[in-house]
Amino acid sequence: MIKTLAKSIREYKKATILTPILVSIESIIDVLIPFIMAFLIDEGINQGNREKIIFYGILLLICAFLAMIFGILAGRCAAKASTGFAKNLRKDMFYNVQSYSFANIDKFSPASIITRHTTDINNVQMAFQMIIRIAFRSPIMLIFSLIMAFLINVKVALIFLAVVPFLAVGLYFIATKAHPIFERVFKTYDKLNNITQENIKGIRVVKSYVTEEKEINKFFKVSDEIYKDFTKAEKIVALNNPLMQISINTVIVLLSLIGGKMIISNNLTTGELTSMISYAMQILTSLMMLSIILVMIMISRASAERIVEILEEESSLKNNEKQIKEIKDGSIEFINVDFSYVDDDNKTCLKDINLKINSGETIGIIGGTGSSKSTLVQLIPRLYDATKGEVKVAGINVKDYDIESLRNEVAMVLQKNVLFSGTIKENLRWGNPKATDEEIIRACKLACADEFIENFPDKYDTYIEEGGTNVSGGQKQRLCIARAILKKPKILILDDSTSAVDTKTDSAIRKAFKEEIPNTTKIIIAQRVSSVEDADKIIVLDGGKINGMGSHDELMKNNEIYKDVYESQMKVES
Amino acid sequence: MEDKLNKRQRPKLDMNILKRLVSYISKNYKKRFILVFICVILTSVSMVAGSLYLQVLIDDYITPLIGTSNPNFGPFIGAIGVMIVIYSVGTLAGFIQSRVMVDITQGTLKLIRDEMFVKMQRLPIKFFDTHTHGDIMSRYTNDTDTLSQMISQSIPQLISSAITIVAVFVAMIVTNRYLTAVVILSLAFMLSITKNIASKSAKYFIKQQESVGKVNGYIEEMINGQKVIKVFCHEEITKENFDKINDELCENAYNANKYASILMPTLGALGNVQYSIIAIVGGLFAVYGIGNITVGLIVSFLQLSKTFIRPISQISQQLNSVAMALAGAGRIFNLMDEEPEKDDGYVTLVNIKHENGKVVETKEKTDMWAWKHPHSDGTLEYVELKGHIELNNVDFGYEENKLVLHDISIYAKPGQKIAFVGATGAGKTTITNLLNRFYDIEDGKIRYDGININKIKKDDLRLSLGMVLQDTNLFTGTIKDNIKYSDDLASDEDVIKAAKLANAHDFIMRLPDGYDTVIKGDGSSLSQGQRQLLSIARAALNDPPVMILDEATSSIDTRTEKIVQDGMDKLMEGRTVFVIAHRLSTVRNSKAIIVLDHGRIIERGNHEDLIAEKGTYYQLYTGAFELE
Repeated sequence: MIKTLAKSIREYKKATILTPILVSIESIIDVLIPFIMAFLIDEGINQGNREKIIFYGILLLICAFLAMIFGILAGRCAAKASTGFAKNLRKDMFYNVQSYSFANIDKFSPASIITRHTTDINNVQMAFQMIIRIAFRSPIMLIFSLIMAFLINVKVALIFLAVVPFLAVGLYFIATKAHPIFERVFKTYDKLNNITQENIKGIRVVKSYVTEEKEINKFFKVSDEIYKDFTKAEKIVALNNPLMQISINTVIVLLSLIGGKMIISNNLTTGELTSMISYAMQILTSLMMLSIILVMIMISRASAERIVEILEEESSLKNNEKQIKEIKDGSIEFINVDFSYVDDDNKTCLKDINLKINSGETIGIIGGTGSSKSTLVQLIPRLYDATKGEVKVAGINVKDYDIESLRNEVAMVLQKNVLFSGTIKENLRWGNPKATDEEIIRACKLACADEFIENFPDKYDTYIEEGGTNVSGGQKQRLCIARAILKKPKILILDDSTSAVDTKTDSAIRKAFKEEIPNTTKIIIAQRVSSVEDADKIIVLDGGKINGMGSHDELMKNNEIYKDVYESQMKVES
Repeated sequence: MEDKLNKRQRPKLDMNILKRLVSYISKNYKKRFILVFICVILTSVSMVAGSLYLQVLIDDYITPLIGTSNPNFGPFIGAIGVMIVIYSVGTLAGFIQSRVMVDITQGTLKLIRDEMFVKMQRLPIKFFDTHTHGDIMSRYTNDTDTLSQMISQSIPQLISSAITIVAVFVAMIVTNRYLTAVVILSLAFMLSITKNIASKSAKYFIKQQESVGKVNGYIEEMINGQKVIKVFCHEEITKENFDKINDELCENAYNANKYASILMPTLGALGNVQYSIIAIVGGLFAVYGIGNITVGLIVSFLQLSKTFIRPISQISQQLNSVAMALAGAGRIFNLMDEEPEKDDGYVTLVNIKHENGKVVETKEKTDMWAWKHPHSDGTLEYVELKGHIELNNVDFGYEENKLVLHDISIYAKPGQKIAFVGATGAGKTTITNLLNRFYDIEDGKIRYDGININKIKKDDLRLSLGMVLQDTNLFTGTIKDNIKYSDDLASDEDVIKAAKLANAHDFIMRLPDGYDTVIKGDGSSLSQGQRQLLSIARAALNDPPVMILDEATSSIDTRTEKIVQDGMDKLMEGRTVFVIAHRLSTVRNSKAIIVLDHGRIIERGNHEDLIAEKGTYYQLYTGAFELE
């Protein structure tokens, strides 16, 4: 895990390494201060020596000044390293998500990908900064304080070691007891958030079924779980402070007792005792800092794990050796294709699909919910890979194409389509960044979008809100079609993309397709028979299998399902 | 996003919120809070006393014995004993404080969380319509998190810091006035530096928050449209744009962090400088015999000065997080202070049975329901629940002075099917929002079985209305749990019956665990159509006399729709139904079709009438207009 995360340090390596070094220097100087202080007291004050007082005093000031300089430098370095690290981590994650296949995207919910980019990164950034600054400072302070104490007087300093086993056992107990509870609490937290989120999203359902009490009880139960676990864990962690205080206080009392006796018998000086006590204090502070860091790392570990999950997820689309860039024509072939989303033979969505589509044909696909219409067409631009069999475009297996070239020639209008915040023009240029205004207008005319766009006050510069909320469903669909047309693809797939468009416009779009882009292979998935009626070939899908294929007239004669659908719709619409 | 940013800007310390928070805690945990307060005082005092006592120990018990040939250790041991007592009291008090504080923190958080959720359940739909989900959620997550830190750490630390500062200050003055003056001087210097750095970092802090908002917004939009990005091979451009704002965020975060992380070493260093100066000044005074300064005094004064500086730098470091936490607490309190949904209804829905030809209220579960209507003259009337709905000259606007419905009058007799047709924004959904009183009308009257719905208790009104909404919301749990969402006591037979009615039974049986299949998250493992079938089954189980179907069949393919339609027809039997559909095939067999345009009824009648009229409905039907 740490290895994966560490890869994101990159150009901030210098700052990352420099920080602990600077911090170390700062800490060492900090440790020196009480040492010098001992001299000042013993040789200066106790002897009544004015020069010594001033000499050591100035030395102290210089040390303090140096400590500040190094401290500031360390702070800057730490800020640079941690913000830079977070930047790179965010970038690596985002980049990796961009390389995901549809199957990868399906695995994570958008919400969870987003939290990983935001909250989790934040936690890791904080922990990282803590680690490079304080995680080095505290042990150094600790070790050097110990060394200094030993330098002053070995016998007395042994007192420090006496409490070490006590402290170690205590800390071990706290860490091992608290950690599993913390882990559980975080999972419960997810549960609580889930309940809240579902409640907010479904508040209309809650209110219309009058289930507020039920929701409240559900919430209380989990909330109580969190309360109990957290209290338990925190109470264990709360042992931390008294543990350290007892240790250090014991040290100070023993120091005073033994040290006092030694002073009396002239084996130790007052100054030395004072310094020893300062070191004891310093050790206490470092220990406390260390325990704070431990808790931070415990908390950020969960976040780090979630980030690594994103980083280590590899695209499920493996490229073949050949990276053919040119797609010759718009013919499509399916040979014995099976497909399953979960790689389980018992859960195939498509079974034994054999198909041949000629370049320039218009193909209609019709079938019930769950008949895998969308799944079928998604194999063509390699949004998913077939589990078994081959999908060919222009006679070549889609896996042998360079994926970008393939997708540029196979344009697909998704069922759940999205417009992005930006002007209409900007959105359309997703299809072709270099498209001229004329090309854009032509594409919009083909998709019957030109008319309503011209009616907007800002025309093609009209700003689309995030998610396209300020245009109607039918308008959104037509913009999405225009965006796909701008690619000038050899194959154009419309996955139920005119459901909100009225029948008249729908047929106008199809007519335009026929006349303006006759050489493009067009695949139209639709619910309305009228949308596919005049296609060259209509495929009837049922339960992931091809139930029938042929022209409208043929199917009316020999396909029950098709006839059923046709009649149910015509009855209503006649 | 804008809104969020404004709220997240560097917050000021809002004393009112702090007061309210403290009173909130002390109200619920009065005794324990006092206990903590006492413990905090004891720890702070023992800390100060401990370092003061060092002087006494050195000056009075150690120094006099130096060089004595046969020292009497008795008093010295006694002094050590005093020290042990002081430390023990401090440690014990600290221990009690931190444990009790856990109870207070977690307890208060639970109280706040629970109260917030309960209050939220009572808020009107308007609140949810005018706040983004993310905004509401963040009160349960971010805001509660920062608050937790503040209660558990900042508050006791602030109290202890304040007490320590006072105690140490008194101790310092008592010990030596001259040296105290030195400390005060350097303190003033430190504060001015802190203020300087803090104000500089504040500027970048705001910038950082803006960048964070930008980056988060971008990530959110792109991740949600990830599949479109893939289809258009737009990855590279997306990355490029991301890099731009990500770099900007890094820059601003660096600057904000830089100043913040300079603060600690600067204060530390100044503390050291002060330490040194005290040593020099004190040492020189001692040498020249000014102001009765002894070695022990200097030693303990040095300790004191360190103890004095620590809480001050702690406070200055905490200030930012305290301010953030208070802002969060403010947002939480805001939610709690929101006006809950008002309900002046007094007409309730009760089970009835006929006894000797008379209607009698009963606690039993009968299939007969009635409105229990107490009149102002003290008489009680039972009106049988039939599902007769009437809207008379209804006006409504979501905002004041901006009507979206004008003069709507609709009559639906029990068992009739009424369909609403019209473009997006014509007001179809709004009308259904009024029926179940998600919103209250501005003018006019809505009557249910002849009773003004304002008189009916909201819960009872809603129970009598079934809803199938456009966005099907499922909850984490099994399929069964979801179907019997409204009625935990429903039997498995009831569940299966409802599922069969909605034609959901078949697909449920094909799922790996049938009715016990667990739906996770938003039920994304199910298709849109399947989810709708479930929500229809949920409504069927509830068995209300009036149903509202809001574009319920919009994403089911026509063949499945036919299957659903059959079930629906069964479901609709004997019920009053309001349908909003964007496919005209579903509304054709309605008793009346209401065509809406910009909040006004422009046509009404049955299918044949409207076709014959050759108006808007005719145009819609023949495909000349778009429905959405």
